[in-house]
Amino acid sequence: MSAYADAGDADAASQPSDNIGSSLTVRSVKRLLRRRLAVACLVVIGLFYFAGIFAPLVAPYSYEEQNLDISFQQPSLHHLFGTDRLGRDVLSRNMFAARTTVVVTAATFATGFILLPLTLGMLAGYRGGFTDAFINRAGEIFGSIPGLPMLILVSATMRPKFNNAVSGFEGRIHYHGLTSSGFSDYFLIFGVLSLFGWVGGARLVRTQVLGLRGSEYVLSARASGASTKRILFQHILPNITPIVIVGASASLGSIALTEIGLTYLGVGIQAPHPSFGALITDGASRSVLENHPALLIVPATVVASLIFAFNLLGDALNDVFTSRAQ
Amino acid sequence: MDGIGGYVLRRLLFLPITLLVVSFATFYVTRWGPGDPISIYSGQYRDPEAFDRVRMKYGLDKPIVEQYGIWLKNVTLHGDFGVTFRYRDRTIPEVLTPKIWISVRLGLYAFIIAFALGIPIGVFAALKRGTWLDPFSIGVFLLFQSIPVLVTVPMLVLLFAAKLHWLPAGGFDGIFSKSMIIPTIALSLPSVAGIARLARATMLETMYQDYVRTARAKGLAEYIVITRHVARNSLIPVMTTVVGLSLVGLLEGTFFVENLLGIPGIGKFVVDAVTTRDYDVILAVVVLITSAFVVANLLVDIALGFIDPRLRTNAPGASR
Repeated sequence: MSAYADAGDADAASQPSDNIGSSLTVRSVKRLLRRRLAVACLVVIGLFYFAGIFAPLVAPYSYEEQNLDISFQQPSLHHLFGTDRLGRDVLSRNMFAARTTVVVTAATFATGFILLPLTLGMLAGYRGGFTDAFINRAGEIFGSIPGLPMLILVSATMRPKFNNAVSGFEGRIHYHGLTSSGFSDYFLIFGVLSLFGWVGGARLVRTQVLGLRGSEYVLSARASGASTKRILFQHILPNITPIVIVGASASLGSIALTEIGLTYLGVGIQAPHPSFGALITDGASRSVLENHPALLIVPATVVASLIFAFNLLGDALNDVFTSRAQ
Repeated sequence: MDGIGGYVLRRLLFLPITLLVVSFATFYVTRWGPGDPISIYSGQYRDPEAFDRVRMKYGLDKPIVEQYGIWLKNVTLHGDFGVTFRYRDRTIPEVLTPKIWISVRLGLYAFIIAFALGIPIGVFAALKRGTWLDPFSIGVFLLFQSIPVLVTVPMLVLLFAAKLHWLPAGGFDGIFSKSMIIPTIALSLPSVAGIARLARATMLETMYQDYVRTARAKGLAEYIVITRHVARNSLIPVMTTVVGLSLVGLLEGTFFVENLLGIPGIGKFVVDAVTTRDYDVILAVVVLITSAFVVANLLVDIALGFIDPRLRTNAPGASR
């Protein structure tokens, strides 16, 4: 590769633009932190993620430990939010449910809403021709599929196969924590969500790449002999990543909601692994609702405030980053 | 004219391809998993011989691709969508039509209410910009948008049915009955914020146009300026865009609302069909909804193209 001889040049040329790029990002982040509402949202989301990630350490009880002697207890010092029908601690169950949401949103966000759109969008935009046409048509088809029915269908029918595959894999690696820890459920939901989530982001990336491909600095990089790989990763990627992240952050709420909805419909995370979908199902049943409304109100409040925070943060990010262009 | 006509034609020509891919994927996914409707309906006590005979009768023993070929031929040539295993002596259109009709009316109610609330709130917020009322009025509905239907419905049931005993806690008795109030509220509330924000944004954009200043300068009353010049020019695009967007949200909403409240619409029907592997019903619904989506999006695009020539994709100087 003769391009390598000139790589130093291209690198030096990209350095200042990198600095400007990052300083603009830093400036946008600073502008974001000046907004009180956005910071409040970050705090809510941060608390939620903290509770989720460290649930095994901070939760006072286990999520599945049953004690029928203390079923349907009122909130007390021992059980801050009371207990459910099987005497399980409501606070702990909500914390572990947050863990499910954290895993699913983080994995889906990183893969289906950042990595896949970036890869496919850059391929489509930069390669053009057949690749572009193929990815576009695939996007058009995925975009016109009714999302929720398809999600229900795929996660319902894939589950047995998928679980078989996972336990086969477990047999091979002599580790049996994957199915029992609920990992395979997480993985299935995250896979299905990613499969249907990439379209919008990929379109965004493609248009951005198309615009940047003809820009002077990319042309000059190519003229100085930079390889395609180098142009894509050093020159184009840093410029579009913030846009993609901001665009995708608007979807965080709906990712979380979809998992909760799928679990509610019985095709998401399976019992005994907690999810807000399952908690709401339990709390929304007629007799529980009338006699122990706290069992619905606690998960409902947590979910609503998380989604609210996600939505407001998405808006704020969008404001801060798009006003950058002006 | 190569402009919008060519674009529409291209999109319409692509519809069958989309449907083909989607229906094949659905077909494959439904039949791929272990278990089939026959094994679900035969239950615990099954005679292997009879089981095989019934499977053969419905062609379930053939390779999936061949089954798909047969299904495709029946649908395209005879308009025959196959059999539903839950309602054995009825055709799929017969079973689906009343369910769809219920869901469509429910969605329509929610739609009308969302617009009836959203547009005035957006206009109000735009007129009150700079005061606390602007973020507040939108913020309240943004909060409602963030509360999932899965939470609103049980909460409303708790309040109005369990505590106050004003409304029934679920079920469905006629489209003009009290039982429709909770689902309609739950479905429409989340869409209000989106409509209101869009209405506010376009109102603000229009309010500072030169022709609006001209209208003011020539001494028109403020309310005439707003209604005749600003609102008329800014709200029509809002309507068209939102129609397309809300369709998706409403459809997803009906899935949960119908399942939560036991309304026998299409959303509940599909979830039941998926859990019982009623193959042909799932297929028919997916094909139907996909076509509806594509056509609705296309109509929105066409309408927007008529309203705003800049949005015609092939037109020169298209900004987006």
